[in-house]
Order: sequence, then structure tokens, then C-alpha cells
Amino acid sequence: MNDIDRLRDLALSETGFLFDPYSGATFSLNPTAVTILRALRGSADRVAVLETLKREFDVQSADLEHDLDEFIALLRREGLVSREFGLS
Amino acid sequence: MTTKPLYERPVLVRHQLGHMNKMGAMQVNRPLTHIDGVPVEELLARYGSPLFVFSERTLRERHQELTSAFSRRWPKLRVGWSYKTNYLGAIARIFHSEGSWAEVVSGFEYEKAVALGVPPDHIHFNGPYKPEPVLERALVDEAMVHIDHFDELALVEKIAKRRGIRPKVAIRVNLVAEGIPAWSRFGFSLENGQARDAVARLVAGDAMDLVGLHCHVGTFILEPQAYRDAATKLAGFANELRSRFGIALSFIDLGGGFASHNTLRAQYLPGGVATPSFERYADAICDGLATLDVRPQERPTLVLETGRALVDDAGYLLSSVVANKRLADGRRGMVIDAGVNLLFTSFWYKHELLPGVETRGMPEPTVVYGPLCMSIDELRDTMLFPPMKVGDPVVFKNVGAYNVTQWMQFITYRPAVVLIGRDGRHALIRRAEQLADVIGPEEMPPWLEKH
Repeated sequence: MNDIDRLRDLALSETGFLFDPYSGATFSLNPTAVTILRALRGSADRVAVLETLKREFDVQSADLEHDLDEFIALLRREGLVSREFGLS
Repeated sequence: MTTKPLYERPVLVRHQLGHMNKMGAMQVNRPLTHIDGVPVEELLARYGSPLFVFSERTLRERHQELTSAFSRRWPKLRVGWSYKTNYLGAIARIFHSEGSWAEVVSGFEYEKAVALGVPPDHIHFNGPYKPEPVLERALVDEAMVHIDHFDELALVEKIAKRRGIRPKVAIRVNLVAEGIPAWSRFGFSLENGQARDAVARLVAGDAMDLVGLHCHVGTFILEPQAYRDAATKLAGFANELRSRFGIALSFIDLGGGFASHNTLRAQYLPGGVATPSFERYADAICDGLATLDVRPQERPTLVLETGRALVDDAGYLLSSVVANKRLADGRRGMVIDAGVNLLFTSFWYKHELLPGVETRGMPEPTVVYGPLCMSIDELRDTMLFPPMKVGDPVVFKNVGAYNVTQWMQFITYRPAVVLIGRDGRHALIRRAEQLADVIGPEEMPPWLEKH
């Protein structure tokens, strides 16, 4: 199974509750993380995800690229995507 | 037109099971934005960051709670303010104004108490080492010297004879109290008969009068039963001294060791739940002392030297976030401008740390580091903490005991200390250090002067 399909199988609620049916683990996500996860289910395109964040949020002085990379690293660490997963 | 939500850094936190306890206690990061009505941000802007802050209201309230709990159960009570716990002049003066004597354990602390205006005969002088000139001064001044060992007993005799005085003294006793490790390094052992021998030796020497017994069962004692045990044993010993030597004690000193509302690193329940009230300690101690075989009007004064429980809850350390980083294992690292050199007690406690401003965003596992370039500079291991921006204030609670006496000029200067008065006025009680404070005592040898 590729990583995008794996992400699509996660049960994600509007309020940021996440259930991983493969491990049984549950997580809480803040609205930014929910938005990124939803975008990633569409495609792993870095520019597209960043554009989505800019469209959805009032971004003032954040380092979006850095935050996105950190979040991808978290997904890898929690086993929600494979170690090889990266943005194109 | 709809407003877009403000962007926050993405957070994903795995749910952990099994961390709750039966009391349902959980970590709550409700911000602490004001101390006694004074905004945290105002204090930091005026006095700088980091900053120790003390609440006069809490200091006095704790003292009154203590004296109220014991005075209802025992007719004569004396609190000895433990200088080693916090010897800042303003703090000590507040306790003295509430009626406390001073309890000191060194020549330095003795001089500090006298300089603050404490009459020497209102000083209990404890500790395993009192240098001869210091001991002589204290005896001549009629301070209450607590003898710790046989060598000191002999020294007191020598001084008394040399100076032609007959001091009133106490002896310190150590004993085994239920449920806690015995402290045998201070005083004379009750169980092996050493304390009895010490009194016999003191009486035979005929150079001083024994007027007090002192024992200190330990530190941060969460189980009042230990005090019941200690008080019962001391009362039994006092009864024996009365019948065997005709000694009528004027005081019995149960020392200190009452817990504050902090949480020890290895402690299961948080301090707010586990810490006994002064009422419970009072019940235990006064129950034990009730076994004294004296008429009610001859009951000795009960002396307490419990510093931590009086001052810890009144002290705060304000600090500021200087950086956020992501650690290799996914946790957030938050760097603040106060380190373990200022918050010595972070080696013992899981200190309660709160945001000093209203925060938004989801808490995530966070390790809190100080600014020192040393790996030991970790103030809190993983705790859930909300997102904080660089410059945001954070507040450590319950840091009034031992920190402003054990803090170190290590890598950084020591910061200012402020007192908030009962009416909301605030003032410096110790200014922030400068280079001259650190290098003042240094000397340059002649052969290095011209470099």
C-alpha cells in the first residue's frame, strides 16, 4: 500500500480526532495538522499543501515550509506513513 | 466576509493510556497571568527576565495557618524561621513580624539574623558545625544552642568555664520514626542510648542546663504518622529525664520537614493531592506530645522549624521563552531564560510550570530546557504544554524554598527578586547581579597584572 492510500484509510474527524485502523492508535490534531493531512490525502505535492495552508489560514509570520517538514517527520515517527515518504 | 483562523504550527499528539490515576488528576495548563493581582508581563517589563517574585500575602497566610493549626492543640508554640530555606532579609523580616524566632545553622546565618534585628536570645542555633568563636559568641549572647555531638558538648563546657557562664542548651536527638528512613547523622541516637548518655554527661559536667530536646525526622515528609511517632518518643524521653535527673524542659523542638505543595520527581500523586495540611501534622505531633507526664501548665513550648512549607508556595519564578525546537524523537523542546542554576529544586521536583499569558493551540509533549550550555539544564522532563512564542512568559509555582539560597552564579548572573505587598505594591528585595558582584572578590596575582 502506498502512503497516500494509507493516509486515506485513517479515520479523521472534524475536531481533529484521528484513529489509525492498522495500529489502533489514536491521536489529537490541531486544525493546521488536520488541514495538512487532508491535503496530503489529495497529493503529496509540497507547493499544493503550502497553498492550501495559505488559503485556509491567516498566516502572518510563520515558516510554513519548516513546519510542514517537521509535521511530515512526525507522521513518519508515528508510523502513519513509511520512512521513505516525502513531498514532491 | 469571513475571517480566516489564525495559523498555528501543526501539532499531532499520540494518546497515552494509563497515565490517569484514580483521583482523575490530570495536568492543566491554565495560564497564570497575574500574581496577587499584578500582571506577570508588567513585572517582567519592569524588573527584567528571569525574575523571582514573592507574595507577602501568601507568606503571612501560611504562617497564620501553621500557628492556628497548632495553637488550637498545644498551648505554647514557637516557630523558628529556618534561615537556610530562605534568608532574604525581607522574607525573614515578614516571618519575624509574625512572631517567629530565627533558626540558624551557621555563623553566617547567625550574623544575618542579628543584623536583621533578631535578639540573640530569640535564635535557635542548630547544625553539626559551629566554629569555636561563633559558638562562643552565641553562648555569651544567650542564643539557644542545640548540641549535635559529644565533641560539641565538650566544647560548650570548655567555653562556659572559660567565660564563667552557665548556658541553657538543647540537645539534638535522632530516632527511628515509622515509615521514613532514619537520619542518624545529626544529633544523638535515642534508640542506642547515646542521647541518654549525652544527658548524663551534660548533667555530670555541671556547666550548663538542659532546657530543650530537638529532633528532625527528615525532609518533605508526606506521612504525618512519622511525626506522631517522633513526638511520642521525644515525650517518652522527656518523661525519663524528668524522673531520672529532675529536668523540666522548657521546649520540645520537632524540627521541620513538612511538605509544601510541590511534587517530588518520584512522587505518584501530585502535591496538591498528596501534601498533608498543617492540621494533620498538628494532630499527629500534639497526639504524641500528649503522652508527656507533666501538668498542663508545665507543658513545654512546642518549637517548629518548618521552612519549606511556609515559604515554598509564596515564591514564583518568572521566565521567558527564548526558542522552540523539535527534538529528534518528535517532542518539542522549549528553551527558557532561567536554568537549573537558579531553580536548584528542579532536581527534586516536577515543578508546576504554567504559561504566563493566555495561549491558544493544542498542548503537546514538551521538554523545558534552561539557557545553560550544559546537558543537565533541563527544568521539566516531558510535560504537555501549549504552544508558546519566543518572548512569551512562563511561570514556575512553589519555588520559594531553597532556591534563592542555593542558586549559583554559574554561566549567568542571578536575577532580581521582587516582593508583592499585601496592598499590591511591589518592590525589589534583591537587585539583579552585575559583573562587579561576581568579580569583586577576585584578586589578580602580581605576575599576571600586566597582561
